[in-house]
Amino acid sequence: MSLNQPDAEFESHLAFRNFLGKAFGIVCMVSTWFSIGALVVLLASVSWQASGWLNWSFITNYDSRHPEQAGVLAGLWGSLWLIFFTTIFTVPVGIGAAVYLEEYTQNGWIKRFIQVNLSNLAGVPSIVYGILGLTVFVRMFGLFGTKERVIELSLFVLTLEIPVPFGTTVLSGALTLSLLILPVVIVASQESLRAVPSSIRHASYALAATRWQTIRHQVLPSALPGMLTGVILAISRAIGETAPLVIIGALTYVAATPGDIESPADLLRNPGSVAEVPFSEFTTLPIQIFNWVKLPNSDFQHVAAASILVLLIFLLVLNGVVIYVRNRFQKNVRW
Amino acid sequence: MSAKSTVKKSTMKQSDLFGSRFSFTRITEQAIKCVLFLCAFISVATTVGIIFVLVTESIVSVGPDPAFFQEVSVVEFFTETRWTPLFNEKHFGVLPLLAGTFLIAGIAALIALPIGLASSLYLREYASPRTRNVIKPTMELLAGIPTVVYGYFALIFVTPYVLKPIFQDLMGFDVDVFNAASAGIVVGIMILPMVSSLSEDALAAVPRGLREAGYALGSTKFDVSTRIVLPAASSGIVASFLLAISRAIGETMAVTIAAGMTPSMTLNPFSSVQTMTSYIVNATSGDAPTGTIEYQSLYAIALTLFCITLAMNVLSQIVVSRFREVYE
Repeated sequence: MSLNQPDAEFESHLAFRNFLGKAFGIVCMVSTWFSIGALVVLLASVSWQASGWLNWSFITNYDSRHPEQAGVLAGLWGSLWLIFFTTIFTVPVGIGAAVYLEEYTQNGWIKRFIQVNLSNLAGVPSIVYGILGLTVFVRMFGLFGTKERVIELSLFVLTLEIPVPFGTTVLSGALTLSLLILPVVIVASQESLRAVPSSIRHASYALAATRWQTIRHQVLPSALPGMLTGVILAISRAIGETAPLVIIGALTYVAATPGDIESPADLLRNPGSVAEVPFSEFTTLPIQIFNWVKLPNSDFQHVAAASILVLLIFLLVLNGVVIYVRNRFQKNVRW
Repeated sequence: MSAKSTVKKSTMKQSDLFGSRFSFTRITEQAIKCVLFLCAFISVATTVGIIFVLVTESIVSVGPDPAFFQEVSVVEFFTETRWTPLFNEKHFGVLPLLAGTFLIAGIAALIALPIGLASSLYLREYASPRTRNVIKPTMELLAGIPTVVYGYFALIFVTPYVLKPIFQDLMGFDVDVFNAASAGIVVGIMILPMVSSLSEDALAAVPRGLREAGYALGSTKFDVSTRIVLPAASSGIVASFLLAISRAIGETMAVTIAAGMTPSMTLNPFSSVQTMTSYIVNATSGDAPTGTIEYQSLYAIALTLFCITLAMNVLSQIVVSRFREVYE
């Protein structure tokens, strides 16, 4: 048998192997399209259920016993305020922690310990954070008994009336969500800090800047777009979170918005009411969806679908902002 | 390293210049460092807080009320097969909840692991970069959809339009309105992007040279993918599987909506089951008064859940660090 004449057995074997390779490729491709297909079917079925139910009065009405009059006003404002306060709590702490870990610690045991701790925290189910929030923020370990006290705190123009324990308020919800997304924000911020080349830092040190001056004026501005992306992604995760809020006892049926602010105009007319927002009871979009899904009246399934669409549009806008920010700033930064 | 020591020298010189060890700049620098340390410390405090809260309500009590395991023995908790904390005749056996949890996580894994791995192979080995750039963000959208939406999807689409026609009308099984299969399927879809993107990272870490050596020996794409790339990336792939399953175990809303609330020891995917997470949701919605055993059962279940997911996460970290093939 010469080399130029491969035997028949080899030929058939090769053909089989090529066939196997092609078939395997097709199987893999079908698997990939499965998830795209699932996404399309999911969106289509939700839109189909929601068709005819999503209109302007749905946005401006409170929840109702009658499905035709039910709306998401309370949930929408609740979600907005919750996210606003979560962002306020998370961003400084998350970025501060990342700066400490990346810029101040050497690769010692402290850093390794916190790092391991962070990756484990990121894997803790959100419902466990709900239990933490319920015990620490809502009930404060029951230290204050059953009686609720109110601490009055005067700032220059406003008086904050802080209930102790916090109870099921926007404040408790925002603190719980902040703890939940903090690990994600810290890890994302660390990555974008690591991407800043050390030559930038060295140049700043060489001009006799102190460590904080270097971070404040050189490192943070260049790492900001990456951090923003991480923060917004974490926030969009927090918007959809339901379990921890249900656990801390967020109400399902509320006929008032936090601070009684029902429209942006109210906000301008009475800016002082913002001070009441953190201490108001609330509901959020996902909680309203959960509540409607559970109701036996099948018309509420359509109401749930309509509010899912509102939620998804909300998320889509946020994700659009992420992509815009990423593209906008990446072009401007060249090392 | 040398850069750092220069930095130190330069700041020292600066403080000499300005005369004092306790200059304003120096104190501010120290204060800022302390504040930043506190920020980083919050993550440690969170862990301590979680463990403290779970342990004090379920193992050792600090208040006047006895803790959960001081009233219910650990043996009963893990061997009793009934879970009826809200009935008159109370039984605290976690097994039905564990069975429900693992049934749903198992169905989810059955869907997400093979499909996720296959799509990661497709994206890395077969697809053109252009296809990859379209498909990957779309899959990430799937990961960004809130979990209540998946629960709704299971209830209004998967059960009536997929499970009932196939398994009830065609094969004669009895499919409940709330069932483990629909919850498992949607949780599977939910963790799919996680499996595929983490596995793809693992595949991407396999150096090109290995693949090209395979092709040079006359291997087909199938041979290279399954005999060279997969084994080389196995540790990362196994770690991604573990993380995804741990996520499925901790998943709450989809499961609460779609799987119902009947704690039962069953392997029948078409009947209603209760998981650990959905018990916690149902019990808190029911306003159990604090200090009672029903209320503390929440913490005992949460502690069990926390331990299981933590063990899986730690295991996945060990797999990555211990069995990783390091190239170059």
